[in-house]
Amino acid sequence: MTSSSPAAPRGRDRRPRDSRVGDKIFMNFARGSGILLLVIMAAIAGFLAWRSGLALSKNDGNFLTSFEWAPDAPKPVFGIPVLVFGTIVSAVIAMAIAVPVAIGIALFISHYAPRRIAQPFAYLVDLLAAVPSIVYGLWGALFLVPHMDGLTSWLNEYLGWTYIFDQTKTGTPRNLFTVGILLAIMVLPIITAVSREVFRQVPRMHEEAALALGATRWEMIRTAVLPFGRPGIISASMLGLGRALGETIAVAVVLSSSNILSLHILDAGGGTFAQNIALKFAEAGDNGRNALMASGLVLFVITLLVNGAARLIIARRKEYSGANA
Amino acid sequence: MTVTAVVEDARPMGRPLTANRLPKWAPAAVAVASIALGCGIGAGAGLASHLQWGLISAALFLLISYGVSARVEGRRQAKDRFATSVVWVAFILAVVPLVALTVYTVQQGIDVVDGNFLSHSMKGVLQSGPGGGIYHALIGTLEQVGLATAIAAPIGLLTAVYLVEYGRGKLAKAVTFFVDVMTGIPSIVAGLFILSLWNLALGFGYSGFSGSLALAILMMPVVVRSTEEMLKLVPNELREASYALGVPKWKTILRIVLPTAIGGITTGVMLAVARITGETAPVMMLVFGADYINNNPFDGPQQSLPMYIWTQYSQVNNDFGYARAWGAALVLIAFVMGLNLIARGIARWRSPKAGH
Repeated sequence: MTSSSPAAPRGRDRRPRDSRVGDKIFMNFARGSGILLLVIMAAIAGFLAWRSGLALSKNDGNFLTSFEWAPDAPKPVFGIPVLVFGTIVSAVIAMAIAVPVAIGIALFISHYAPRRIAQPFAYLVDLLAAVPSIVYGLWGALFLVPHMDGLTSWLNEYLGWTYIFDQTKTGTPRNLFTVGILLAIMVLPIITAVSREVFRQVPRMHEEAALALGATRWEMIRTAVLPFGRPGIISASMLGLGRALGETIAVAVVLSSSNILSLHILDAGGGTFAQNIALKFAEAGDNGRNALMASGLVLFVITLLVNGAARLIIARRKEYSGANA
Repeated sequence: MTVTAVVEDARPMGRPLTANRLPKWAPAAVAVASIALGCGIGAGAGLASHLQWGLISAALFLLISYGVSARVEGRRQAKDRFATSVVWVAFILAVVPLVALTVYTVQQGIDVVDGNFLSHSMKGVLQSGPGGGIYHALIGTLEQVGLATAIAAPIGLLTAVYLVEYGRGKLAKAVTFFVDVMTGIPSIVAGLFILSLWNLALGFGYSGFSGSLALAILMMPVVVRSTEEMLKLVPNELREASYALGVPKWKTILRIVLPTAIGGITTGVMLAVARITGETAPVMMLVFGADYINNNPFDGPQQSLPMYIWTQYSQVNNDFGYARAWGAALVLIAFVMGLNLIARGIARWRSPKAGH
């Protein structure tokens, strides 16, 4: 929505009045709040690490390999493989669905739609990005899950031979696949919003040159728009991935959790980091909380890496940061 | 590659350019035909879920439009048509769930929301029965979000001022990077952090305020980013004019720069407020939830709208609970979308005009 003006007031080197007291105070306030943000980030890592240390020192199982989550038992045992698996699988499903569709919608808004539809629709997508995740969760549990029955049995019937889509247990489809679809719907607006901004910035000349050479619209998009937009698409997807990884409440509502690690993604069960924290928190004792913080720390580090990578890619082209999405 | 393709495709002179084109109504006709076929197959095979009907229709649409076009117009045009069809299908695929979500929420919630629902708490209401309301949750949400905004907005604003007006060197770079990364912190991690700092290390109990602290952490980076963008739009001439009149820098920022960008800043803050209003996870851990009205956010458990929905769904877990959850969801969506609309309205109305 907003592009930075070329005359950003960054390097103004003449500062004859900096000796004034008011200036000093104000600047220190401003710098102080900047530093405060850094301190908060460091404190998050620090506090979680401290608590994790407390929990891990009492862990009788192996944090990286044990499937159980019983940190409050007399012999505490807890581990994250189920959570790692569930988090990654649901996020991968979400990305596999959301990224192509989001690119499609972004292209639709920027290049295909009649102008009269494009603007209101872009607006609508932005608005939907604001729907709270608990509402997505409620809708997912009470509307999407019953409607997924047919699709899951279909996948089981025709794609069951792939092992992944083999349904070994009957029951409501409160499984990682449904969670993945719900997450896809949730991250769709943000990926769309960022990639749309990128596609809009493709130099008009590139497009016209392609068309002038006789390219069809699709050839123009493939040769001019997509190559230009690739870093933008990647970073948009990673922003979406960050959200999908950290999504808590919608997953907690939809997934029926269990400490099972199964590649049959149509079987109910499994868990994700955030969902596990939300569900186990209420009845957790002292060590239970510390253990949850340990898993939170892992999630924090993962999202930090994903987001950091996305930002580094964006930083190469400052104009389309996702801040306004 | 394009050159050869074009040469191959070149038509003999004298033939009209439009000879081998499908008529304009072709895509629409193919769409109608494939939807009819898809529904026919769906009904014929007795597929219960309409999702399948839609998916079959979409697949048919893609195949038929490619086939017909390849037949009449040639491969390159067919590919182009195929891409167009894919984009349209993606658009419809996206619209369906998003519209379904909104419509379903309104449908389910509209009967529940009335004066009684908005003005009563859950105190003394049987979970297994009808009645009760969201008054305590509304109070809680407003207070928690208000406190979070009061903490996060000034800090975010000052940080943005620092980055735009003073920021240089390593510190500014680090702040920019970590603000960006901070936007992606999962809300549950923010909740865990405040829990370990505020409740476990400093020994405070559950309260609305500790929820606000977590919400403030989630809100700060959003405010910084949007304010930063807005401040960058303020033309440099304004600042220089102010300096030329001998106004010190801090006064220039407070009296010239910020007022110029105030529309955009307000928009950014409101969008951030809309975003944290819907956060459930941190509130669930830190505010704890209550059935009664607690007007004091600094003492004792409170309720909030998202947590109310969660409780009604997961703990009450019967039709009355679902109904209350939908009612609260409708109120929450209306609140958030209203904020969004107003914010974007302000952005339009008072956007800073770039220079010239």
